[in-house]
Amino acid sequence: MNEMAARAPGVRRVRKYRGWRLFLQTVVARAYPRVIGAQREKSWMFFDIFLPLLSVAAYVYVYRAIQAPEEYVGFVVVGGAMTAFWLNILWSMSSQLYWEKEQGNLALYIIAPNSMMAILLGMAVGGLFATLLRAVVIMVIGSWLFGVSYSVSSAWQLALVFLITMVALYGMGMMSASVYLLLSREAWHISNLAQEPVYLLSGFYFPIKNLGFWVSMAASIIPLTMGLDALRQLIFPSGAALGVLSVEVEIAILLVLSLVFLVSARWLLVYIERLAIREGRLTESRR
Amino acid sequence: MDFAIRTEKLGRIYKIRGGKKSEPKSLTALQDVNLEIKRGELFGLLGPNGAGKTTLIKILTTLLAPTTGRAWVAGYDVVKEADKVRPRINMVSGGESSGYGLLTVRENLWMFAQFYGLSSSEANRRIRELLEIVGLSDRLNTKSSDLSTGLRQKMNIVRGFLTDPDVLFLDEPTLGLDVGASREVRRFIRKWVDEDETRTLLLTTHYMVEADELCDRVAIINQGRVLACDTPSALKRRLQQEAIYHIEVSPLNGRGVEIFESLPGVHKVVHRAHEGSTVLEFILAQDDALGQVLNAMTMSNIHILNLQKREPTLEDVFVDLVGRSMEEVEQSLSVDVKP
Repeated sequence: MNEMAARAPGVRRVRKYRGWRLFLQTVVARAYPRVIGAQREKSWMFFDIFLPLLSVAAYVYVYRAIQAPEEYVGFVVVGGAMTAFWLNILWSMSSQLYWEKEQGNLALYIIAPNSMMAILLGMAVGGLFATLLRAVVIMVIGSWLFGVSYSVSSAWQLALVFLITMVALYGMGMMSASVYLLLSREAWHISNLAQEPVYLLSGFYFPIKNLGFWVSMAASIIPLTMGLDALRQLIFPSGAALGVLSVEVEIAILLVLSLVFLVSARWLLVYIERLAIREGRLTESRR
Repeated sequence: MDFAIRTEKLGRIYKIRGGKKSEPKSLTALQDVNLEIKRGELFGLLGPNGAGKTTLIKILTTLLAPTTGRAWVAGYDVVKEADKVRPRINMVSGGESSGYGLLTVRENLWMFAQFYGLSSSEANRRIRELLEIVGLSDRLNTKSSDLSTGLRQKMNIVRGFLTDPDVLFLDEPTLGLDVGASREVRRFIRKWVDEDETRTLLLTTHYMVEADELCDRVAIINQGRVLACDTPSALKRRLQQEAIYHIEVSPLNGRGVEIFESLPGVHKVVHRAHEGSTVLEFILAQDDALGQVLNAMTMSNIHILNLQKREPTLEDVFVDLVGRSMEEVEQSLSVDVKP
């Protein structure tokens, strides 16, 4: 474009950043509605804290009734807190691009000069922030209600495990967001279908070791399986005995999963965007 | 010539999946579209719903790949160089519900500005300026879910202008706006294009008045094809030799307009039923043909309630080109398929 073309007095073109600055701006901007949403929509306190606490309480009373080791109560509380992340992945990450399409936002994201990875990352960061708050609240209330005590064997390993679990989990969410884009309304059913079985397979309310080695290994495709197992080993004295693999091996598995999911997310996003543009699937069905 | 938008034999066919037993069908949404839109032009695409306007906009904004032909926006191929097209464009659709209801007007607009790399201070400055222009400044901190349809559309329009694109696509921008707000928006659109020659605006509409009042040039599109493309006055001049009459008559009560169509000198006739009357629009070769029309009405016991000769409008141009009014075309779309 010829910038010397005629322009009315006082009219100046807007400066726009590119590259990494644009990427970061996009991440922050897309994370913003999720962070703000947590403050403005208080209904999450009931649905995302009170209801999971009921499930936690049910398992705690069952374990106490059958006189299971007291550590199991702690396991349930930690698992209950981590369910918040799984629900966030299913309902606010995986199916999100589909809802964005129906709302008309996806087309605007695509035509903007930003990277779609930045949009997904923004969704993940915003979701992680909002969900972390919920998980912490569940853990604090659950621990207080049921008298759970913790003994951290290695703080840096604990922080590392949590961090990589989140990277792998949200990487998986970013990857499945692209896939869901092609599924239209079936996305809803897939999320429904994936919700409960994962509670079982990932051992949200019991040590995964109880399912046997091979089932545990198969379930480790979901990052929360290894993440939860490693976290429990690091915060409960008897955790190591109930763990399926050593923390170091689980960290290695989580690192591999992070890499695989993030690379796949990037690849799938590009592939599915092209496919959707070719087939005309990027805009909401009403237009 | 420096074109902001150029298309060459552009076409798009949608594959529509049938049921389990039926074969997939094809729908031709766009066919052999050749357009050349100059930089600094306010160009209108005029056509009924389902004519292919939105499909064309989707292709030009890199959201949809053409099945045939090519298109360039700001000098770049929309398929092969989409990443170079995107920083230079923006789009607003009528009736869109983009953004997040729990964010305020300012927050929604700020968020979209960030996706284009505007600094926060620049974005906030422009948001205030533009909201002032469209008369929405008092809603800066209102949640967008609390806005009426019209106010929401104003917010969407601001979103399009906020990023100062080289080429802006407005798809039915005044849909859902009241008369006053539509007029304000049209005035702003015109001003935006006029104040900088590097800006180009492509607008789709099915409101004739909007296209006539606003656009430098208009392409009339129907069933995926561009039927005519010129300035509104040049398009209307095509009918200057003909006489256009608006005749309101007693209800036709099931009788068709065939009795008039076969009369010598009657080029086109369209009718619209109203309560207690029918409005007939005649395009006649010359004024002389009116006598035969009136005779035919008398013979058929049709009473004339009102008769006016008027200047041609873009609606008449459309009727002349398509043979039916835009309203009739929209009604006749028995299967409304909009992928």
